[in-house]
Amino acid sequence: MDVKLKINDVEVSAQKGEYLLDVARKAGFEIPSLCHHEAVRPIGSCRVCLVEVVAGGKTSLTTSCNYVVEPGIEVTTDSELIHKMRAVNLELLLARAPGARRVRDLAARYGVSRPRFAPVDDNWLPNCILCELCVRVCEHQGHSALSTLGRGDQKKIGLPFNRPAESCVGCGACYSVCPTECILMKETRTNRTIWGQTFDFVPCKECGAPVITEKHRDFAIKNQELPENYYDLCEACKQAAASKRFASVAW
Amino acid sequence: MSTAIAKQAHAVLKNHPRDEPSALVNVLHDIQDEFRYLPEEALRLASEHLQISTAQVFGVASFFKGFHLKPRGEHICTVCMGTACHVRGAPRLLEQAERDLGISSGQTTPDLQFTIEEVNCVGACALGPLVIVDGEYNGNMTPHRLTKLVNKIQKKKGK
Repeated sequence: MDVKLKINDVEVSAQKGEYLLDVARKAGFEIPSLCHHEAVRPIGSCRVCLVEVVAGGKTSLTTSCNYVVEPGIEVTTDSELIHKMRAVNLELLLARAPGARRVRDLAARYGVSRPRFAPVDDNWLPNCILCELCVRVCEHQGHSALSTLGRGDQKKIGLPFNRPAESCVGCGACYSVCPTECILMKETRTNRTIWGQTFDFVPCKECGAPVITEKHRDFAIKNQELPENYYDLCEACKQAAASKRFASVAW
Repeated sequence: MSTAIAKQAHAVLKNHPRDEPSALVNVLHDIQDEFRYLPEEALRLASEHLQISTAQVFGVASFFKGFHLKPRGEHICTVCMGTACHVRGAPRLLEQAERDLGISSGQTTPDLQFTIEEVNCVGACALGPLVIVDGEYNGNMTPHRLTKLVNKIQKKKGK
């Protein structure tokens, strides 16, 4: 069941089917990445998590996030070559997303401060690196409101028929996972505007703070079979209520 | 009007098993054969039929160049803009077609009769400049002959 492999000359064991990036990180090795999220399937689109893998005597550079571990492989997570390759990829990403803090910081760590390439004039979603993390998270949440549209240099992240999607519940998951913070979301105390739609918040019954969008609440209660009053209180008020209850429990 | 599309789309979808996401491209082909493009309503029905999100259906439909999301004309006028045709005057042919039909490249006439398209070489460079009208290759094309060709098709329709 266990898969034994070597990462930077250290013996590491992993579960069958685990991805190399997860295994390496668990073992304490640092591998940078932008498009990876433990909750969703990896697709290796940002190409920053490159590592060197020696498998069956063959050395290859590969993205670690979507590489399933095999017994006996030898992995190097940092070398001069890897450094160079990551630097090039980051330079390309930086040209696409000059305004993204995470990309800038990571690029700076690899010695790239200004890309040689002209910045991408992308007025659809400035700073989007098309990593599809938002698409995958949206799918994982069960909404599937987002997808990539078009192809090649015309590719972009968008909604079906380029119109506000009925399957979007305004949960904001895409916004919160975006590594370049390029998804536009506006919030007031009563509503949230994202992807061209405005969603009303459910106010907390105690303090009036926004809990969740109404559409998201209805979706969650229906699909996860939650009690009707599950989203009546905000997290803080829920905790306060719970602690009050616990305080009265006789030990 | 929308119900007519739905009716036609249902007839197409009937030939495909339900809940079979892998059939998407085939279904899109069949829908396009029926309508000459992919109407939004038909795509929504296809997404329901195959149990795929509309986002995914639209993603695939917009990915392939062979799928059209806007209505196309009954007659397709494809002007080859490959290097050989280009040096032999293809831009002038395109302009002529645009002038004759009153639309620009990539558009469709309001009466849904003609669509003008550009293509980057069809591999018949010896015949250049080349215009393909309804699948027929017309080599050594001149603006004058193109106008005549377009007129002929329009007249045929008028009768």
